[in-house]
Amino acid sequence: MINTKDILETINMVKEENLDIRTVTMGISLLDCASDDPKKAAERIYDKITKTAEKLVPTAEQIEKEYGIPIINKRVSVTPVSLIGGRYSVGDYIEFAKTLDSAADTLGINFIGGYGALVQKGFTAADRNLIESIPEALAVTGKVCSSVNVASTKAGINMDAVALMGKTIKKTAYLTRDNDCIGCAKFVVFANVPEDNPFMAGAFHGTGEAECVINVGVSGPGVVSSAVERAGDCDFSELAETIKRTAFKITRMGQLVAREASKRLGVPFGIVDLSLAPTPAVGDSVARILEDMGLETCGACGTTAALALLNDAVKKGGVMASSHVGGLSGAFIPVSEDAGMIAAAGSGALTIEKLEAMTAVCSVGLDMIAVPGDTTEEVISALIADEISIGVANTKTTAVRVIPACGKKAGDSVSFGGLLGAAPVMKISTLSPARFIARGGRIPAPIHSLKN
Amino acid sequence: MKAVITVVGRDSVGIIAKVSALCSDYHANIVDISQSVMKEYFAMIMVVDIDGLTVPFTSFVDTLSELGRNNGLDVRTMHEDVFNSMHRI
Repeated sequence: MINTKDILETINMVKEENLDIRTVTMGISLLDCASDDPKKAAERIYDKITKTAEKLVPTAEQIEKEYGIPIINKRVSVTPVSLIGGRYSVGDYIEFAKTLDSAADTLGINFIGGYGALVQKGFTAADRNLIESIPEALAVTGKVCSSVNVASTKAGINMDAVALMGKTIKKTAYLTRDNDCIGCAKFVVFANVPEDNPFMAGAFHGTGEAECVINVGVSGPGVVSSAVERAGDCDFSELAETIKRTAFKITRMGQLVAREASKRLGVPFGIVDLSLAPTPAVGDSVARILEDMGLETCGACGTTAALALLNDAVKKGGVMASSHVGGLSGAFIPVSEDAGMIAAAGSGALTIEKLEAMTAVCSVGLDMIAVPGDTTEEVISALIADEISIGVANTKTTAVRVIPACGKKAGDSVSFGGLLGAAPVMKISTLSPARFIARGGRIPAPIHSLKN
Repeated sequence: MKAVITVVGRDSVGIIAKVSALCSDYHANIVDISQSVMKEYFAMIMVVDIDGLTVPFTSFVDTLSELGRNNGLDVRTMHEDVFNSMHRI
């Protein structure tokens, strides 16, 4: 018989500590949608997505009800759009973005990812056209998310792409300036991008994936935070043990939901992404976990060590709970989506430099950070180059999702609403890296990429 | 298959009776009942067998939640697999 204490623990996690399944994401290959005629290709894209994912939302809602575990987001990720044939113009790609957006509306999902390109080593003509279309595509759609992979440990860093990303981000911000530059919240630049990540804005369906697959992202910063608080002033071994146990339980939920969704939809199970994904809700913050560990505020000296411990313990606890772990898997530190991070950045305790250090030991990167609107495209490119180098040198994923807030300066704030939250505009160095960025070419792959 | 019904709220007369009556109406066989105190609230846990349920499980979940709302109680009905997968290896 099930133990009463266990039942109460689970109920309390859901009711009081915001335990939820953050996303059930269906990956769909669009490789068979290519056509000489862009209109025909768009039709095929729309038909394939709406037919394949037809039952995604009702099935997820049914699982949610039966198991009593909230499933916050239902999403779709598709093959990077630049790979669907190579003969389309910038205008054609914008039409594809609109097609993806209307497919998302038909399905009732909240985001669709994969409007992107993989250019870690160089651009194809299609990659160039797609990247050129990104600012407008993000301005004219609501649910489309875009990502570009500009580097990998194996290929090095495509600095031409990094330079182009600075321009792309500035233009995206400008085109959505009337809406707090929200376009930039839907665009992320990656190094070592995972091909099975279920989280937005970086989700896409990789080329090594099956026709269709179900990936699940778990959450639960609130549950870990409460467990750390209950553990009190224990030593680090016990602290790590507490986090591991909690992560195990959270991940088991994810595995259960993933298995059920896969079975009911008749689609293979891909991976569970073991990430601690915060939301702006009180009690659902990664920063608060670090503070519960004993820091006065997130951003204090010790923050990187605390985050490293947390990230490692989450993975160790979660990995045994799932048959396949993948995606980003680790703690997320998006500033605008985490109440504790917002407070720390607002008070000046948390700076971009500290965040950059933190990204060396957790799963993503400089995420949802607003910087002054007059930040130059070279500074943004150089910020990306720094962050991407951390990923390339450490054989890990890093990413940049930065919002140059048009017309705003350090100390102001931007608000995107919903899960994207609100962010204080943070101070960033204005010293010019223009000559460095203008060099172009590729930064060679690091020596430890030569493993064979 | 079994489901776990938890009822949390301020104590009042007839909570168990109301939930049990509903279970009986829909042919959910009560296998176990226990009660415990969580913070200052009364908490009842009921394990029911749902193999003979006369309605789809999701409707049963909705009906119980509505009963809870009408009586100022938080009633949650969850499939036993949730607890088994979370607490057993």
